[in-house]
Amino acid sequence: MESKFEVSKLNLHYGQFHALKDVSLSILPHEVTALIGPSGCGKSTFLKTLNRMNDLEEGVVIDGDVLLDGKDVYKEMDAISLRQRVGMVFQQPNPFPKSIYENVAYGPKLQGIRSKVKLDEIVENALRGAAIWDEVKDRLKKSALGLSGGQQQRLCIARALAAGPDVLLMDEPTSALDPISTSKIEELCTELKKDYTIVMVTHNMQQAARISDRTAFFLLGEVIEYSDTDQMFSMPKDKRTEDYITGRFG
Amino acid sequence: MKEKSLFWKEHFWHGLISCCGLFVIVLTLAIGAFLVYKGSGTFTTYGHSIFEFLFSSDWSPVDSSKGGGSVGAAIFIVGSVSTCGLALLIATPFSLAAAIFMSEISPKLGTRFFRPAVELFVGIPSVIYGWVGLTTLVPAIRDLFDLNVGYSVLAAGIVLAIMIFPTITSVVTDAIKSVPNDYRKAAYGLGATRWQVIYQIVMPAAKPGVFTGIIMGLARAFGEALAVAMVIGRMRAFPTSILSPTTNLTAAIASDMGGSMDGGEYNTALWTMALLLFLISLLFIFIIHRIVGKGGVEKNESK
Repeated sequence: MESKFEVSKLNLHYGQFHALKDVSLSILPHEVTALIGPSGCGKSTFLKTLNRMNDLEEGVVIDGDVLLDGKDVYKEMDAISLRQRVGMVFQQPNPFPKSIYENVAYGPKLQGIRSKVKLDEIVENALRGAAIWDEVKDRLKKSALGLSGGQQQRLCIARALAAGPDVLLMDEPTSALDPISTSKIEELCTELKKDYTIVMVTHNMQQAARISDRTAFFLLGEVIEYSDTDQMFSMPKDKRTEDYITGRFG
Repeated sequence: MKEKSLFWKEHFWHGLISCCGLFVIVLTLAIGAFLVYKGSGTFTTYGHSIFEFLFSSDWSPVDSSKGGGSVGAAIFIVGSVSTCGLALLIATPFSLAAAIFMSEISPKLGTRFFRPAVELFVGIPSVIYGWVGLTTLVPAIRDLFDLNVGYSVLAAGIVLAIMIFPTITSVVTDAIKSVPNDYRKAAYGLGATRWQVIYQIVMPAAKPGVFTGIIMGLARAFGEALAVAMVIGRMRAFPTSILSPTTNLTAAIASDMGGSMDGGEYNTALWTMALLLFLISLLFIFIIHRIVGKGGVEKNESK
């Protein structure tokens, strides 16, 4: 299978700090790839290199190749069109202080879509895609800030979907949510991977085991182990991986 | 023993701080009451109508307690409104641009050089603004537009604009800075450019603060007396254009209050102008509270 992202020899420095060390990973399409590891191991930093959100931070120096469908995202693409193809969902649900409709329509509007009919269609599809349509269809004009945390997070997923990406990056998308909302998002991921490629950072080992196809274990900026999730959780190759997933540290 | 002394201190400071707080409230109420007492004489003692005071331009109050003159303050009111309106028109775009520059475009430069410079502006005494305006702006306007005198609404508007620029800028800067970074990240993550993030996400989210800043600037402009009096020309006539001299409420009060007989019709009419200024600033504060409150309510309502 042709990989979606092909990352090789990626090094990232925050000033003096060497945050990612020679990271090489292939992320396959229509799979959920989980990135696990203790805090500060570089998994979120790695995630942000995939849609160049690191560009917004100062003092970041990146070296190495990040290819999306064979094109280097740092050398052959601009950050704006890259982020339209690689959507992102953040740790804290962060809807704009606008109506539910305006939140979802924001991405397509940025791309110049003005037709009301077209926007209505995109918004509905995105909300259905994020499994929140039935809960909000009667209140599309109401403020998004009135939704519960779990609903807000699914709205943020809908907002990302509406921009028409083929990859979704999720940075601990359920860590601020209650168990029921969490399981809804997890179900959603399993559903969404039919159409999208999902890369998810998670602190929750069970979550990685439940929903991901492949797992990468990060430690101190290095990828210690990257393999099939079932295999990693049943027979980890590296001692450090085993210690981490059995809860001996982290 | 020890516990008792702790309690004593607790009560002492509690009492002292409460007294200070109450004093401020009492003082404000007392000033308001005093202005109402002094200013209402125009309508009660001298029997003029509020309509005459606000809309007539016939200003010839008698400087004694006999009364019988006329107290139309429309020229002063129009002078105040036009100079302040002009100042706002000039200052707001610059202030918004400066605030966006300081908080979004170049925060480093902003906090290190720009912010202190803007804050320095606030501290400059108004007589200096007036004097500089008088010696540079007034002749410049005269020469530029080929006028007999450069004293004008325009000169006053520009001086006021320079004076309220820092006020608006710093309030708006704070408002922009308080917009959660999450909004920016979300917009960037959807493929927005920096400009799109600023004007589609950050500025709408900062809107209550932006209005508060503008109204605070307006309030400062309305209350400014000295600098305006120096460049407006103090001519009791409606301005025919922004290049013509006129006068305003604060200039009239400042220049005439000393020479008028206490309790006379003239003096009382000036007090009524002061009362009007007080009411206008109360109105502005009320509007600010409405705006700020509304921003909060919008969020709460939807919860």
